[in-house]
Amino acid sequence: MGELALILVWPALAGYLEAAVAYVGDGLHPGRLSRFAIWGVRVGWLAQTALLVVQAARADGFPWSTWAGSLNLFVWLVVGAYLIWGCRAPYRLLGLLVMPLAAMLFLIAWASGGAGSDGGSEVGDLFLAFHVGLILAAFAGFTLAAGLAALYLWQERRLKSHAPGVLRQRAPSQAALDTLTGRTVLVALPALTLGLAVGFARLGSEGGGFDALMAVAVLTWAAYTAFLVLRFEAGWRGRRTAYLALAAFALVVTALVPVAHF
Amino acid sequence: MRLVLVGTSHHRAPVELREQLYVGTPENPVLVRRLAAAEGEAVALSTCNRTELYVVDSDPEVAQERAFAELAALGGLTESEIAPSLYTLTDDAAALHLFRVAASLDSMIPGEAQILGQVRGAYETAKAAGTAGPILHRLFRQALRVGRRVRAETAIGENPASISSAAAELAERVFGTLEGRRILVLGAGKMSDLAAVNLISRGVESVFVANRSVERAERLAKRFGGRAAGLDAVESELEDVDIVVASTGARGFVLSKEQVERAMKKRRGRPIFFVDIAVPRDVDPAVNELEGCYVYDVDDLERVVEESVAGRREEAVRAEAIVAEEAERFRAWQLSLDVVPAIASLRARAESIRASELERAGGRLNSLSPSERRAVESLTAQIVNKLLHAPTVRMKQAAAAADGVLYADAVRHLFDLDERDPQARQQGE
Repeated sequence: MGELALILVWPALAGYLEAAVAYVGDGLHPGRLSRFAIWGVRVGWLAQTALLVVQAARADGFPWSTWAGSLNLFVWLVVGAYLIWGCRAPYRLLGLLVMPLAAMLFLIAWASGGAGSDGGSEVGDLFLAFHVGLILAAFAGFTLAAGLAALYLWQERRLKSHAPGVLRQRAPSQAALDTLTGRTVLVALPALTLGLAVGFARLGSEGGGFDALMAVAVLTWAAYTAFLVLRFEAGWRGRRTAYLALAAFALVVTALVPVAHF
Repeated sequence: MRLVLVGTSHHRAPVELREQLYVGTPENPVLVRRLAAAEGEAVALSTCNRTELYVVDSDPEVAQERAFAELAALGGLTESEIAPSLYTLTDDAAALHLFRVAASLDSMIPGEAQILGQVRGAYETAKAAGTAGPILHRLFRQALRVGRRVRAETAIGENPASISSAAAELAERVFGTLEGRRILVLGAGKMSDLAAVNLISRGVESVFVANRSVERAERLAKRFGGRAAGLDAVESELEDVDIVVASTGARGFVLSKEQVERAMKKRRGRPIFFVDIAVPRDVDPAVNELEGCYVYDVDDLERVVEESVAGRREEAVRAEAIVAEEAERFRAWQLSLDVVPAIASLRARAESIRASELERAGGRLNSLSPSERRAVESLTAQIVNKLLHAPTVRMKQAAAAADGVLYADAVRHLFDLDERDPQARQQGE
């Protein structure tokens, strides 16, 4: 089983790396390598799915309870979310942001033992599956929303500066990027809310202190709630919501990651 | 049978001559039937940029003469008068030319989308008229495939080639689909008209025309089923519209940054796209600095068009490689036609020998059970197939190397084949 997991790591990693390189090539010469890139994403994601299945079958408890394991699951969720519309030509450019990140994080997860088939948590499976699964799914959504927002700002800059080649690079419209950023957060935030609620419910029943990680998670929740209120109630659009999505994501990265590790 | 193409295009003939040579939909079937004559094939491709007659005949010179005569008659000229404007291509060169046409590599603007539909139309007309035989069927089906491949595998047709289409595509990059969008046209001149037509063809819902002369604005608005007013109504309209096309003859800016800024406050962040094709400009360039405002003047649009046409040329190099690959495939198929009758004859002869020998041995095979009888049939058929496999392959290879006729004659001589034999002819077909 351990060997099987190792065998599956390689095609997943190779697929993601190939996709990352192909997306860079596609960015330089639009249209030429996008097919290779999307196949890299598909193959990598399928291999990683098989890897997760093997890990789940092998583990005694919840197999992704370590930070490296969570990273492995997080990469799978990000790439899966990207695959929902990343296969469509205008959205392939998003792969230029998502796939190098996915390849790098997957490499870190593997190097840190998160892609092996040993281990498992002693904490209740159901609780962890809900709590960690929902929070990671929400963070995957926030990552994607940040990618969409970055793409919005990049394209806005090109449109504003009248870049002659603005139409040569296939990309979604500004309206589509703005809408999708809002919708992605709209889907991800309930997942975070539910994940936090499950965590706090357990904290209430089994006792325990309120730590820094929980504080950052609550802060993240507040930031994205503010995003949704401003986007859908106050009528914020375009550049302002893109910056807001990026700022909230920066909060996730700069606060959550160090707090989780140290 | 040989393939001959006689025609003219925008490379050779002025528009006046192309107009005269244009073959309309009603005349096309009559023309191709005359061109195909008794046993030939013919397709007439006629667009605003070209009229080309594709004829298949056993005698290429006769086919060429017929095509020349038809084109001269269409142009109302003598054959010597029309000859300098015509080109003649045969076999591989004709196929390569049609593939380039279908791939829009021979068009005025490489990558234009209409030509593939026009090639399909010409082929369908000939099919309906009964003048598209095996060679033209194969040629045109392959040409359509080349056109589709080039569009799918290259980005030759993806970027705009005119200022109005560049403006429309940039607007789509901001809004996505233009369906349901509202457009404000400033000025009622020809340029506004052209830009508005392109946007309306992409689904723009309502048009508001503002002009110094309300009467002219009303005329243009009536064409688009929109509303009209004087220039003083522009600021209030800015609150609702998505795209502004400006092309007035005014000396100063018709839209200032302050006016747009006031309107943007009421738009709750909805973006607005300005196409300023007026010289001098109508929209203050500083409007571009406002959030959600995108201003493109005529120079900006020209740069986008230049870049995209350059992109099309780059893609054309890749498209040429696809065309060459397909032309080679057609050449191989056409050459294989030289050996197909000989192969069919050889196989028919072998099969008749096998059948007659089985019949002769019938008495001795009577004691066999049905399954044993089937085994013998299968065994003899396999022996025949294995014996003929190598010569068949060799003949096809020779055909691809243009030696097919020599090999075919040798096989006919060695095996005493006669392609008039009905069984062989049936197999060949």
